[in-house]
Amino acid sequence: MAGRTRSSDSREGTYVPEGIADEFTQGEPAEAPSSGEKPQRPNAPALGLVGTLRWMWRQLTSMRVALMLLMLLAVAAVPGSVLPQRNQDAAGVIEYLADHPTAGEWLDRAGFFDVYSSVWFSAIYILLFVSLVGCILPRSAAHYRALRGRPPRVPSRFNRFPAKATATTDATPEEAVDAVAARLRGRLSWLPLFRVDRGEEAARGTRPAAATVSAERGYLRETGNLVFHLALVGLLVSVATGQMLHYRGQAIVTEGRGFANAVVDYDTFEKGSWFRPESLVPFSMTLDEFESEFASDTVAFAQARDFTAHVTVAEPSGAERSEQIKVNHPIVVDGAKIYLQGNGFAPEITVHDADGAVAFSGRVTFIPEDTMYTSRGVVKVPDVSSGLDQIGLVGYFLPTAEVNEDGSARSAFPQPVDPLLVLEVYTGDLGLDDGSPQNVYELDTANLTAAVDDQGQRIKVLARPGETVELPDGLGTLTLGEELPRYVALDLRHDPSLAFVLVFALLALGGLTVSLFTPRRRVWARAYTGPDGATVVEVAGLARGDDAGLQTEVDRALAAVTGTEPGATRREPQQPRIATRSEKD
Amino acid sequence: MELANLSVLLVWGAATALAIGFIAFAVDLSRLSGAKVDARDAARSRAKVAVGAGVADAPVDAPVDDAGPAAPVSRKLAGIGMSVTWLAAALLLIAIVLRGIAAGRTPWANMYEFALVGTFVAVAVFVGVNTRRDVRFLGAFVAGLGVLFLVLAQEKFFVAAMGVQPALQKYWLVLHVGVAIVATGIFTVAFVTSVLQLLRDARDNGSAMLGSRRWGWLDHTATPGALESLSFRLNSVAFVLWTFTLIGGAIWAEDAWGRYWGWDPKEVWSFIVWVVYAAYLHARTTRGWSGSRAAWFVVAGYACVLFNFTGVNLIFNGKHSYSGL
Repeated sequence: MAGRTRSSDSREGTYVPEGIADEFTQGEPAEAPSSGEKPQRPNAPALGLVGTLRWMWRQLTSMRVALMLLMLLAVAAVPGSVLPQRNQDAAGVIEYLADHPTAGEWLDRAGFFDVYSSVWFSAIYILLFVSLVGCILPRSAAHYRALRGRPPRVPSRFNRFPAKATATTDATPEEAVDAVAARLRGRLSWLPLFRVDRGEEAARGTRPAAATVSAERGYLRETGNLVFHLALVGLLVSVATGQMLHYRGQAIVTEGRGFANAVVDYDTFEKGSWFRPESLVPFSMTLDEFESEFASDTVAFAQARDFTAHVTVAEPSGAERSEQIKVNHPIVVDGAKIYLQGNGFAPEITVHDADGAVAFSGRVTFIPEDTMYTSRGVVKVPDVSSGLDQIGLVGYFLPTAEVNEDGSARSAFPQPVDPLLVLEVYTGDLGLDDGSPQNVYELDTANLTAAVDDQGQRIKVLARPGETVELPDGLGTLTLGEELPRYVALDLRHDPSLAFVLVFALLALGGLTVSLFTPRRRVWARAYTGPDGATVVEVAGLARGDDAGLQTEVDRALAAVTGTEPGATRREPQQPRIATRSEKD
Repeated sequence: MELANLSVLLVWGAATALAIGFIAFAVDLSRLSGAKVDARDAARSRAKVAVGAGVADAPVDAPVDDAGPAAPVSRKLAGIGMSVTWLAAALLLIAIVLRGIAAGRTPWANMYEFALVGTFVAVAVFVGVNTRRDVRFLGAFVAGLGVLFLVLAQEKFFVAAMGVQPALQKYWLVLHVGVAIVATGIFTVAFVTSVLQLLRDARDNGSAMLGSRRWGWLDHTATPGALESLSFRLNSVAFVLWTFTLIGGAIWAEDAWGRYWGWDPKEVWSFIVWVVYAAYLHARTTRGWSGSRAAWFVVAGYACVLFNFTGVNLIFNGKHSYSGL
C-alpha cells in the first residue's frame, strides 16, 4: 500500500489516490523518474474484515483500477455496434436469432442484444462511477482545504527542481524578493496571478540567512478536474432520472386527420417507470398538409431536400395555432417535443366483396422501402359477407411506376408522377378472429391461398388512382381513391431531464478544458548576501504535469529583480522537450 | 471548367506535392541518420582508444551528442519538404473551398469531404507547430499519411458534389462535423508523435530490431520525453474537441432524431474513442503506466478513430450513413 505511506509523507491536507504518480502533490520532484517504478509491497500483515474492506475500497478507488475499468468499458461497448440491438433494430435481432439458433440463444442469455442495459455493462460503469466518487470526494475535501491554505514553504535545496535560475544583483535581499513577489502577484491586485507568501529564513549550513518568497498558482486546475468528474456523476444521475420520467409515443397521421395526446391514441408508447398517464396534457393535433421536395437534377436525382408537415395544434383550453414540423425542427407542445420522423403515402382503398357489399374502406399506410418510395402495404379484409372467405391483399404502391418486361415493378421517383398500386390477392382465414395481436404491416399467409392464373403464376391486381378493378376469382372489386393522401410518422417525446443533462455536459466540458490548460505552478525564490557582498537570487519552479511555460515563468520572476544582468541568468531546463524556435535562434 | 472538377484537380495537385514532400523529408532523415551514425562510430573508436589508454570509466555514449554539431548536415531537403507541404496545404484549402461552392454548402458532409478536410487539418497542424518548434522530423510521416488519405479519398470515397438531405440541414453540420474533423486531424499528428516515441524508446532501451543502423534516423527525432510531451499537448486539445463533438452531436441528435443518445454505431465508436483517450490521460498520471505504456493508448485510440471513420461508415448500418457510397 505504497499510496498510504506516500500520502502520509506528503503535505498535510492532501489526498493522493492510490497509484497516482504526482510529484506535484508530494511538494518536491521525485528522486528518480517514476516511469516504470514498481509499487513496493510491504509484507502484508493480517488485515481482518475491516482491514480487508478498507483494502478493497482503496483498490477500487485506485488509479490502476479506474484505468482498468475504463479499458473494460471501451471493450464492453463494442459488441453493441456489431450485433443488432433490440431497442434500435428489433427485427434485426429476430433475424439474427433465426440465422444463428445456438449461438444466438447464448448471446441473448448473456445480454448481447441489449448490451447497454445488460448486467455486465451496467456493472462496469457503476463500478467506474463508484471508483470515481471514492476518489473525487476526498480530493474535493483536500482541495477545499488547499484553497484556503498558503503556498508550501521554501524547499531547502533548489537543485533538484525542473526549472530554476540564479542571478546576482546590487539590490538588498529584501528588495529583490519583494520585486519577485510583486511580479508573481501580477498587476491586478483583486485578481492575483499567484498566491504569494513573503518569508525569512535562518542561516543553514554554509548559506547565510535569506529572504524568501513562496508562491502558487493554478488552483483552478484541480477545481476544473473535480468539476469535470462531479459533472459526469451529475450527467449519469440526470440521464437515469430522465429514463424513469420520460415517455415517448409514435403515431402515424394522414393528411386531414389528427391524434390526441393520450396513451391509447399512439401506435406505440414507451414510458419510464415513474411516468403517470395523467401527466399527459390532453392537447390534440391535426395534419393539415404534408409537403416534400426532391432534387431532380441528374447529379443528386431524387435525393430528399425538404419535408414539411403543416399542423394545427389544439390546446385543452380550446386555443388553436398553426405550426410547421420539419426534420431537425421539432415543435414543442406543453413541454413535449414532436418530431417528424417519417412519411409516405396512405392511399384510400375500398374493397367490395362478391356480394357487392363494402367489405373494407380506409386509408392504408404504405411504408417506403427505398429512396424512390417503392412502398409496401397490407390490406386485411375480414369483414366480408357471411359465407365468403376473408381476403388479404399485399403489395406495393409505386408513386412513379416503372413496370419491367418480366412483370416486376418499382418506383422511379418519390413524387406521384404516375402512381400505380400492385397487389397480390389471398383468400382464406386471416387469423384475426382469435384475438391474438397481429402486425398490421404483415400478412400471415399460413392459412391463406394465393390467387393464381392458369400457368400457376400469382395474379397481380393493378390499379391507378380513381380506377376500380376486378379482383380475381370473382372475389369482388377494388377501388383506389382519386386523392393520394400523405401520411407522416410523428414521434412525441417528453424528457424533463434534458436541461440538466445539457448543463452537466457543458460543466464537464468546461471543467475538462480548465483542468487541461490551466498551468498549476509553484515558484520559490530565495535571496541572500553572497560571499562577495552582492545579493544572490535563486528561483525554482515546479509544475503539475507537462508545462512548457514553467522555465519562462521562473525567468520572468527573476527578471523582475532590479539590476539583474540578463547574461547572468543561468538556464538549465531539465524537462525533456523540443526546443522552441526562439530558444534555437 | 466546372468548379467541382477543378477541386478534384487541386486535390491531386496537393497529393502530388505531399508525395514530393514525403520523399524530401525521408531522404533528409536518412542523410541525417547517416551523418549521426558516422559520428557515433567515430566517437566509439575514440572511446576505445581511451579505454586502451587505461581510463576504464570513459563514458562510451557521452561524446555522441558532442559529435553531432561537429558534423553539420545540410537540411536543404527538409526545407524543400516544408515548402511543398505548405503548398499542399494551400492547394487543399482551395480545393475544399471550391468543393463547398460547387455543392452550395459546408464542404464536410460526406466521407470524401471529411477525408479531405481531415488531411488538411493534419497538415496544417504540422506546419503550424513547426513555426514554433522544429518538428521537421515528423514531416515524412505526416506527408506520407496525407498522401495515403488523399489517394484513398479520391479513389475509394469520391462522390459528386451535391446538396444534403434534410437531416443534415442545420448549423450543427458546420460545428459538430467541423470540430470532429479538426480533432481527427490533431489526433493524427499526435499519433505519429506517439509512434515515434515508442520506436525511439525501444531503440534507446536497446531493442535488437530497432538498434540497427537502418533505424539510425530515430536518433534525429527527439527524446522520448519530448515526444511524449508534444503528443500529450496535441491529444489534450483534440480530446477537448472530441468531447465537444460528442456533446454537439447529442444536441443535434435531440433535434434531428428525437433522442440525444441512442447507441447508434457511430455514437458507440465515438464513445469508445473518448473512453480510450480518457484512459490515456489517466494512464499518463498513473505510476507504472506513464511513458511508453501510455503511448500505446494513443495508438489504440487512433485505431478506434480510424475505425470510427471507415469501418463504421462502410460496414455498419446506422443513422450516420452519410458516406454517400
